[in-house]
Amino acid sequence: MALMLVKFDLKKRVKLAQSVWFMYWFAVLAGVLVFSMGLFFKIELRKRSELMDNNESHFLPNLLILMGLIACGINAFGGKVCYDSLDPTKFAKWKPMLKSFLVFCVVFNALLFVTALLCFLMRIPLQFTLAEGLRNGMKYYKDTDTPGRCYMKRTLDLMQMEFRCCGNDNYRDWFEIQWVSNRYLDFSAKEVKDRIGSNVDGQYLMDGVPFSCCNPSSPRPCIQLQMTNNSAHYSYDHYTEELNVWKRGCRDALLSYYGGMMNTIGALVILVIMLEIAVTVGMQYVNSSLSTLANPEDPESESEGWILEKTVKETFTDIMDKMKAMGKGGKVEEGGEAAVATVS
Amino acid sequence: MALLKMKFTQQRRVRLAQGLWLLSWLAVMCGAFIFCLGVYLKTELLRRDEVMDNTEIHVVPNILMMVGLASIGTNWVASRVCQDSLDASRFPRWKVLLLAWFAVAALLCCLLIAVVVLSYALQGRLEESLKVGLRNGIRFYKDTDVPGRCFQKETIDHLQMEFRCCGNNNFKDWFEVQWVSNRYLDFTSKDVKDRIRSNVDGRFLLDGVPFSCCNPASPRPCLQYHLTDNRAHYNYEYQSEELNLYSRGCRQALIDYYMDLMNSTGPGVLSVILIQMSVLLSLRYLQTAVEGAMALENPEGESEGYLLEKGVKQTFEDCKAKVLDMLKFAQVDAADAEVSPGAADAEKTVDNTTEKAASPTPAS
Repeated sequence: MALMLVKFDLKKRVKLAQSVWFMYWFAVLAGVLVFSMGLFFKIELRKRSELMDNNESHFLPNLLILMGLIACGINAFGGKVCYDSLDPTKFAKWKPMLKSFLVFCVVFNALLFVTALLCFLMRIPLQFTLAEGLRNGMKYYKDTDTPGRCYMKRTLDLMQMEFRCCGNDNYRDWFEIQWVSNRYLDFSAKEVKDRIGSNVDGQYLMDGVPFSCCNPSSPRPCIQLQMTNNSAHYSYDHYTEELNVWKRGCRDALLSYYGGMMNTIGALVILVIMLEIAVTVGMQYVNSSLSTLANPEDPESESEGWILEKTVKETFTDIMDKMKAMGKGGKVEEGGEAAVATVS
Repeated sequence: MALLKMKFTQQRRVRLAQGLWLLSWLAVMCGAFIFCLGVYLKTELLRRDEVMDNTEIHVVPNILMMVGLASIGTNWVASRVCQDSLDASRFPRWKVLLLAWFAVAALLCCLLIAVVVLSYALQGRLEESLKVGLRNGIRFYKDTDVPGRCFQKETIDHLQMEFRCCGNNNFKDWFEVQWVSNRYLDFTSKDVKDRIRSNVDGRFLLDGVPFSCCNPASPRPCLQYHLTDNRAHYNYEYQSEELNLYSRGCRQALIDYYMDLMNSTGPGVLSVILIQMSVLLSLRYLQTAVEGAMALENPEGESEGYLLEKGVKQTFEDCKAKVLDMLKFAQVDAADAEVSPGAADAEKTVDNTTEKAASPTPAS
């Protein structure tokens, strides 16, 4: 009892082949789309790899690129087979490969599904990578004279301005590190000596933030230094001041940026999966309808098409039996040889 | 003596019609491209509307948009003419339209050339407009509580950060205006009172700039205040400090940006002009060749195609004569009404003399 049996005459077969061929071209475009999304994601990760301490995992974009290329290849091949299916002589040369091609398509669809799942799950490791990378980035903010780190200041400033964020969790992260290089500190001044003496590591800490944290929407000129001292500025209360500097932390900002990108890519991959399933089913119908011609010599005869020759349960038991037979076949051969050896 | 005469066999005419059909569809695409270019340029100008004083420069994108739309329509008509040109029954209805079409196509080419010229010629006006607009923006920077000007601060800050510029000509422009609102000044403090008394208008001027002038590429944390005072900061020399703030003025930055934009569209516009001219010339050839073929006894035979029936000078004289005729016709009509009795007498005497002159001839 076949699964989803459909009767086909010549006209229906031709229509089926044409529409599946058409869908295969869309699927090739979808493969190109997946490839370009993987490439885009890779470039975006590379752009900010400094902020992630060059530690970020490129596994997902590489997988997307690979899947896109394989999808293009499979779908182009499938399109060619569909095009040839209307000509019995040309189709005859593809026929032996079709079964394994269809099995490969099913496996590929399962891999695509895994990729889509990864798109939604990769957010979690990214969160930790970002937290670590940003913390280190802020530590090296002042090292504009150390080769290899001299651009960290510019990178962080541009990032804070672009993503409208300040610090790791919030602006107070800047209070805990020394972000002014020693080259610009007058060690003979009393204030500097006090600040350095006030903590164990001898760091010049202050309640100030870099200029890139400033919010242009604030009605008053930006207050960067002595932020917790209400008397240092006229008409200023640091508890109620909201618009002065960006409130958001950069980890959250970057995470929502990359998270949004990954969600979009995941949704698009799911759409591509549905298209792939449709073309695989269509190809199976083409294959089965062309192999069950009532009269093999007459191309205009009727035929039947199905998704599975027997029901799902029977197909499953068939596969299990085949695997067991393959396993036993090995054992029987060995036992036979031993028996032969003992007998002879 | 026709101008640039060419012989056309039936096959050549067919090829010309087909090629011209493709070319006119290409020209339709070019028209759409010109329209999109105009729209893009206009949105870019509108985005910075707040720092521009007048909208004279908007004539460039406006013309581009109009020409783009007109070009789409004109070239679509050309493609229809091509389709009908090889069918003797359908072509005559386009004959009347074609003279007007040529005039419109020539006008579009002239307008496109005018756009290229204008985009260079209006640079001075753009600079003036930006100078006044930026000066006002800097003056109203502090008025974040005045309705209508409350977004000036945000606009100027975003502009300076995006274009990496500071002030109008350079950062010293900020020293000459009060950019800190009075709401945030403590009028009881000595420093504020000194600064206010130091100038005639009673403004709080300082040698400092807003944070948006800061250059992220500077190796040291940004110095915004006491910029001219070397002792206020450790290891700081105001004359030689280059990377602390953006050194470019916003007027120069914006002019460079817009000039780059218009220059980069220059080659595109010139190639569209070329395509439009070739459509015009090819259609003229097609028109004359097909009309010539329709006048022959054998419509499939050879015919001649040309650009102008007579030479350039001759055509020009003909046009002048036609125009003068039309003018004379109008004048004679008006004069007739006044002088009709006198004219009738004069006509009679002229008739008599011609009759007298005519009568001896039959005898001789």
